[in-house]
Amino acid sequence: MGFVDSHILSLMTFLPLLGAAVILCVPKGKDDVVRWIAAAASFLPLLLSVRLWFAYDRTMAGVNVASQFQFVEHYAWIPSINVEYFLGADGISMPMLLLTALLSFLAVIGSFGIDKKVKGYMALFLLLETGMMGVFASLDFFLFYVFWEVMLLPMYFLIGVWGGPRKEYAAIKFFLYTLFGSVLMLIVLLALYFNTTNPETGGHTFNLLHYMAQGTHNAWLKGFDVRILMFVGLFIGFAIKVPLFPFHTWLPDAHVEAPTAISVILAGVLLKMGTYGMMRISFPLFPDMAVYFAVPMAAIGVVNIVYGALCAMAQSDLKKMVAYSSVSHMGFVMLGMAALTPLGMVGAAMQMFSHGLITAMLFFLVGVVYDRAHHRQIDGFGGLGAVVPVYTAFVSFAFFASLGLPGLSGFIAEQMVFLGSFEVFRTLVIVAALGIIFVAAFHLWALQRVFLGPLNPKYAALEEINGREMFCLVPLGILVMIVGVWPMPVMNLMNASLVRLVDLVKAVI
Amino acid sequence: MFLGNLASLRYFLPEFAVTATILLLVVLHVVTKSPRSTASGFLSLLGVGSAIFLAGIAPMGAGRSIFEGMVAHDGFAVFFKVLTALATLAVIFMSMDSKDLEGRSQAEYYIFLLSTLLGMFLLSSATDIVMLYLALELVSIPSYLLAGYLKGQEHSTEAAMKYVVYGATASGVMIYGFSLLFGMTGSTQIAEIGRSLAAGKATLPMLLAAVMVAVGFGYKIAAVPFHMWSPDVYEGAPTPATAFFSVGPKAAGFAVLVRFYYTVFAAPDSATGLWRLTSTVDWPFLFAALSALTMTVGNLVAVQQNNVKRLLAYSSIAHAGYMLMGFVLLSPAGIQAILFYLVVYLFMNLGAFYVVVVVSNATRGEDISDFTGLGSRAPFAAVALAIFLFSLTGIPPFSGFIGKVYLFAEVIHRGVYWLAVVAALNSVVSLYYYARIVRAMFLDEPKDASAIPVPAVSGAMLVLLAAPTMILGVYWEPVARIAADSVRMLAF
Repeated sequence: MGFVDSHILSLMTFLPLLGAAVILCVPKGKDDVVRWIAAAASFLPLLLSVRLWFAYDRTMAGVNVASQFQFVEHYAWIPSINVEYFLGADGISMPMLLLTALLSFLAVIGSFGIDKKVKGYMALFLLLETGMMGVFASLDFFLFYVFWEVMLLPMYFLIGVWGGPRKEYAAIKFFLYTLFGSVLMLIVLLALYFNTTNPETGGHTFNLLHYMAQGTHNAWLKGFDVRILMFVGLFIGFAIKVPLFPFHTWLPDAHVEAPTAISVILAGVLLKMGTYGMMRISFPLFPDMAVYFAVPMAAIGVVNIVYGALCAMAQSDLKKMVAYSSVSHMGFVMLGMAALTPLGMVGAAMQMFSHGLITAMLFFLVGVVYDRAHHRQIDGFGGLGAVVPVYTAFVSFAFFASLGLPGLSGFIAEQMVFLGSFEVFRTLVIVAALGIIFVAAFHLWALQRVFLGPLNPKYAALEEINGREMFCLVPLGILVMIVGVWPMPVMNLMNASLVRLVDLVKAVI
Repeated sequence: MFLGNLASLRYFLPEFAVTATILLLVVLHVVTKSPRSTASGFLSLLGVGSAIFLAGIAPMGAGRSIFEGMVAHDGFAVFFKVLTALATLAVIFMSMDSKDLEGRSQAEYYIFLLSTLLGMFLLSSATDIVMLYLALELVSIPSYLLAGYLKGQEHSTEAAMKYVVYGATASGVMIYGFSLLFGMTGSTQIAEIGRSLAAGKATLPMLLAAVMVAVGFGYKIAAVPFHMWSPDVYEGAPTPATAFFSVGPKAAGFAVLVRFYYTVFAAPDSATGLWRLTSTVDWPFLFAALSALTMTVGNLVAVQQNNVKRLLAYSSIAHAGYMLMGFVLLSPAGIQAILFYLVVYLFMNLGAFYVVVVVSNATRGEDISDFTGLGSRAPFAAVALAIFLFSLTGIPPFSGFIGKVYLFAEVIHRGVYWLAVVAALNSVVSLYYYARIVRAMFLDEPKDASAIPVPAVSGAMLVLLAAPTMILGVYWEPVARIAADSVRMLAF
């Protein structure tokens, strides 16, 4: 186990890529072989993530102290400009790594129904997984950026080739939006490089931990206007990914057109990269700006919650409704982070984790009905509860989890966000809490229209949810329940790091 | 200290190799009349290959000025010789593959190609304005012939005509600028001119000269507003020649641009390690504006193109704009960024054109619609083209991204943020039109789903061009070092 333990993050990151390479060598027509290779290549990281869960020392905080990171791999990559291959995990990245490993595996299983160009699909999907893992494991900004961008290509093709009727439009819109955000990040990245020094060597550095030590910043970088611009540049780059209002317009299009499993990954993992980026980079690098912009950020979060819920209510397409519900839920993350209290921060991270599980269920479930009925119009069904009781039970469970029913994970996260931020932004939190009513409303109204009432005779013979689909849903449902009643294991995972993060930011006041 | 003519000869071996090949081609042309003969292609490959070898092994040291100060033999020149010769090598393979040239005299074509190469060798090493002018014309005149090589085709003839008219005008303006410089300083040596100008105060004629020379060089690298010729020439010329124009003469243009302006209007300052302007002409600002204009116009017009060759023509205008970013900073790192970018640009741009050749061989068309469904009709070529196009956009993990990082980095390092922002936004715009081709290849369903054959040689060449595009995106240390070394030896 020596090699595996010392390179566990690299293995989690690159095993999928290896799987993709193997898939490309499989001769034409052997689609089942391709599917099982993909399943294996995404199952191995999941196994490793279990090892990660047990081996992780929950007392070490990480964040800005190199020695407190775990599973660290640190090598020179391009010595002439000091780019490093620097991976490590702490409490901020751990939940995301676990979530990515789990959702990727389930999404591969959920994609077994794809029968068009299976080889390309699975290879691209595994490349996507490599990108996601890499983002969450990187501690070098350059490396982070490369992984961040590497995800764009497979995502473009996965939406564009295997998507719905307006796939071309959705794919390029997603690509252009995110690339716009990325180039802003690139400029900030390079400006940081030239205005910080590595205290050990005296050279410029891409090492995020050196960036976090404010002493490594030179006079220019300490300027107030400069920091505002850099923070805003980074913020826009991340906000597009989250997506925060008003940068969210790519999301409904991308979600609606993407195939089911890709929506799962998009909502379950990719959206979290935006908020993860803020936690990992924006806040600790520019703590003064995080404080300075706390109120606007919280306000954007609240707008997301309320506006996302209202938009969701207005949708006639079930998938679009779920997509807007993500906008709403990601608002909680922003609100909790902006509060800059330990409780709010942990709530935000919990919401990232919990929303990843719940939204994955929702998109899987929408996919189930779409595969059978070939449409997703909420008003086009009716009374399905009598025809497909098991499916109805799953949907009800997921909807209740999503609207924050106590006892399920969403409730825990949202309550922590509210408790953590109430002291800081009273009015905003009251508005956000009222937004919860809309969140509940659109869920219940949709549930009523699809499953209750008189049966639409067109769907009297609708097929019940099958074993493979349940295989994807059951683990998620169990986790949602466990986290809902006993959140301590997950909280312990991130607590130390997030408290450190808040201390780090608060230290500048 | 200038080396005399005889002593210089041993540093002139690559040029001899090319010249000898040209002469042999002339003989071959007389001996074999068959247009199908591949002998001239192979002979050219051999000649160019040996030129690369000879350029690589020449003893270097600190560099030297040969032929009584006419030509420099330094790392900078050698870098460009190897670069342009590599481009020519790939273009020869492409030409042997292309159906554009079928049934036309082969030897003549290669004679023009190699004459241009000889011109580029001299252009990247000339240190005397007379030599420089001759070299520029030696690049230009065979280029006109190459553009018009498809005799009888209207487009090709139009291309050649446009090229000649624009070229003649630009070089006329340029030589007027040269004459002003000579009038002010009494010397044709660019180093000597630089020294005299640093002492004098004649600002207006100096500004005139700087601008007029910029017209000539701007035309060679196709910078806006001297780019008008390039879309028509690129569209009308045989595709391999287009590929050649977009890389070879452009690279040589950058070589002469850097050498001329840095020598004449600036001097290295050993205290800061940067160049400083010795004259009152603020050409960095002039070129910074030109850079922003070039990339913006190139990208915005490329968005509207439906012909892939024309689209790539505008995109290569935009890339000249990106590269100009490195030129305006007066820093060795800026030049290093240009050199590095030229290397990655060589592979990705030639690669993109190579796929165009393969596709148009089969479909006889070069519109985006001719690429529809290429992902299933010729998966290998389609994937290769996607790699080249995303690399041109500047998306990791491809080498174009690293090239852009170096250019952006130096611009940001020197605090010219507005230029970095303009370039970043331009990258986003460029994604839109590159992705149109990708969309046609993979996202749209083809009307005609028959497979497009990719000959083994083409396939191998695509691998040879795609491999560096990918590898340099992940590990580029050696090339960065070579580029850095080639900057340091810039001497006269």
